[in-house]
Amino acid sequence: MRLAEAWRVALDALRANRLRSALTMLGVIIGVASVVILVAIGTGTKQKVEQQVEGLGSNLLLVVPGRIDVGSAPALSPLTLDDVDAVSRVVGDPDRVAVTVASGATVRAGARSDFSTVQGVLETTPAVFTRELARGRYLTGSDVDTSRRVAVLGASVARALFPDRDPVGQQVTVSGVRFRVIGVFAPLGQSLGVDRDDEVHVPVTAAQRLYGTQRIDGIAVKAPDRERIDELGGRIVAELTRRHPGTEFSAVTQEQILGVLGDILGILTGVLAAIAGISLLVGGVGVSNIMLVSVRERTREIGLRKAVGARPRDIGVQFLLEAVLLTSIGGLTGMALGVGTALTVAAVSPIPAAVTWWSLALAFGVSAAVGIVFGVVPAQRAGRLDPVVALRSE
Amino acid sequence: MTAPAIEAVDVSRTYQLDGVSVPALRGVSLTVAPGDYVALVGPSGSGKSTLMHLLGGLDRPTGGRLAIGGREVGSLSPGELAALRNETIGFVFQAFHLLPRTSAVDNVALPLVYRGVGARQRRERAAAMLGRVGLGHRLDHRPNQLSGGEQQRVAIARALVTDPTVLLADEPTGNLDSVTGAAVLELLERLNAESGVALVMVTHDHEVAARARRRIAMRDGVVVADSADERHDPPVSAGTGRPDTLVPAPSAESRSASGSGPGHPSGGTGGAAGATGRRAGEGPAGDAPAVPADEEAVP
Ligand SMILES: Nc1ncnc2c1ncn2[C@@H]1O[C@H](COP(=O)(O)OP(=O)(O)OP(=O)(O)O)[C@@H](O)[C@H]1O
Ligand SMILES: [Mg+2]
Repeated sequence: MRLAEAWRVALDALRANRLRSALTMLGVIIGVASVVILVAIGTGTKQKVEQQVEGLGSNLLLVVPGRIDVGSAPALSPLTLDDVDAVSRVVGDPDRVAVTVASGATVRAGARSDFSTVQGVLETTPAVFTRELARGRYLTGSDVDTSRRVAVLGASVARALFPDRDPVGQQVTVSGVRFRVIGVFAPLGQSLGVDRDDEVHVPVTAAQRLYGTQRIDGIAVKAPDRERIDELGGRIVAELTRRHPGTEFSAVTQEQILGVLGDILGILTGVLAAIAGISLLVGGVGVSNIMLVSVRERTREIGLRKAVGARPRDIGVQFLLEAVLLTSIGGLTGMALGVGTALTVAAVSPIPAAVTWWSLALAFGVSAAVGIVFGVVPAQRAGRLDPVVALRSE
Repeated sequence: MTAPAIEAVDVSRTYQLDGVSVPALRGVSLTVAPGDYVALVGPSGSGKSTLMHLLGGLDRPTGGRLAIGGREVGSLSPGELAALRNETIGFVFQAFHLLPRTSAVDNVALPLVYRGVGARQRRERAAAMLGRVGLGHRLDHRPNQLSGGEQQRVAIARALVTDPTVLLADEPTGNLDSVTGAAVLELLERLNAESGVALVMVTHDHEVAARARRRIAMRDGVVVADSADERHDPPVSAGTGRPDTLVPAPSAESRSASGSGPGHPSGGTGGAAGATGRRAGEGPAGDAPAVPADEEAVP
């Protein structure tokens, strides 16, 4: 029998049992759609995180105490503003050095309040990181030097505390201490489920006084050029280690952060896809089951086809194609559904989703393969049927 | 004499049922010659269907030697046996066995699918064959839109569309009323005569059996009587390597000549005559008159 003919026969058989074919496909459709959706969300998240890390600014070097590693607990920082001066000397330009000392705190304005991350920073922050203001001004050197109680609000904080007023010039209290709002950041959006607009910048000196500490959590350096970024990091770490013998420091670049985040997200996406893949497998078992029923139901047809000259191979191929057709059509439908859902999710919710060609190709390939794998047993059974017995069956 | 279409020598077939051996055939020897017309009779359970399945290569003997179209069945793979069936055998079943949801013409074309014939040619040949069985106006009807007799005629067309050498019909009229059955039988006889396809037919009807050129009686898995052995009738078509259209006349001649069969009813003769008449009508105008002249010249 010609292969084109076999395809036609298989398609006819599926058409003859539309409802059953559709229900059988449903398992595959759901499986493929979930793989496509989850991979799209995983990929989209990864892309977005990459964008955000890159959007922090270029040639960034983050210096923190302890070791940067997946799963290692953050160490208590021994760094102080004196260390920051030392780092500035190593870098050779204090404007390229930013710091942070951060803590969660309740920020109030009148009857409204918002719990947000209050960061003590230097006036250099906008030069090191890419942060844009929506209104007002940022901190100045004199704000920092005089521990002035002024604050720059993130977009969400501003919205929560001053829904109908310009926050600039207003008073807020941070953990009960009064600050004057001097500026509002342009919105940044979310990253890994964290609202990046839910933060308040105050002079690092004011924050240290507020928290009753001399501590600095981390230092960020904007390296003058990309080539010597690792070498600069090494020198900074060496200087800090000299000042704090026995403490470990790490200097990481954006690429290193991206690598770590990418690994985590990759594993996450893989695990999700594997879970979705299991449902595809279950769909395959359903196909196998229905094909066995189909072989039994059409035993007489098989007997007749054999009587008029169908070889075992012809019958086997016919049923195998039927299974492959079931899963392939299911796979294509699932792909369409998955792409549609992923794009809708990306459009109407903050969840990012990016449909990639490789995930579609993979989903289709896997569904066709599922058809072959789960169609082989029923097909072989059909091919081996004894024509005399088959013709006699009811 | 030409090579036999089917040759069985001491063929047996034993079924294994829950560890018990059930001998359905116990040493059957017979040959089917090209163009033969054989009626297979015997009580229920005597092994007629079992023998038909073996003769058609649908099943394999458990003992003895069986050759279909000169090829040893035992030496063939299942695929080769299927191809052999496709090329040399046509089956007609009591239950018709048409594919539902499939038009008459597609049902008839089915054997050609497994021969790799293209769709257009398949349809042409199937339509022509349906025309020959008188269903040229029913090409696109589904089996459930056809009467029983029409369904069986579709099945006959399907059996003959590949130009087989042997047509095996297991109680082809068993599911039909007597009038419809008689028409189907007449069709089978006409096709046997016209195209030279050997016809082996299982029947319970003695009148029907009486019309066959040769009768084989079975009982308990063995052949108890074969009219070919008794009378040594040479197969009618033997030696006449002739085009299809020339066949009817000699077969009609010899049948009336040897018309000494048990109680050859006048109705049967009438039927044969009718078939002959239709044949003459269908044959090419130039050939029909030439045939009797040739035959009369021979004796
Ligand atoms: N698949 C099978 N398994 C076991 N025994 C079988 C099988 N097929 C047939 N037989 C037995 O073989 C014997 C011959 O059966 P078969 O069908 O050839 O008879 P038959 O002459 O065609 O009868 P009928 O006229 O009723 O159709 C019977 O005794 C039957 O029970
Ligand atoms: Mg029988």
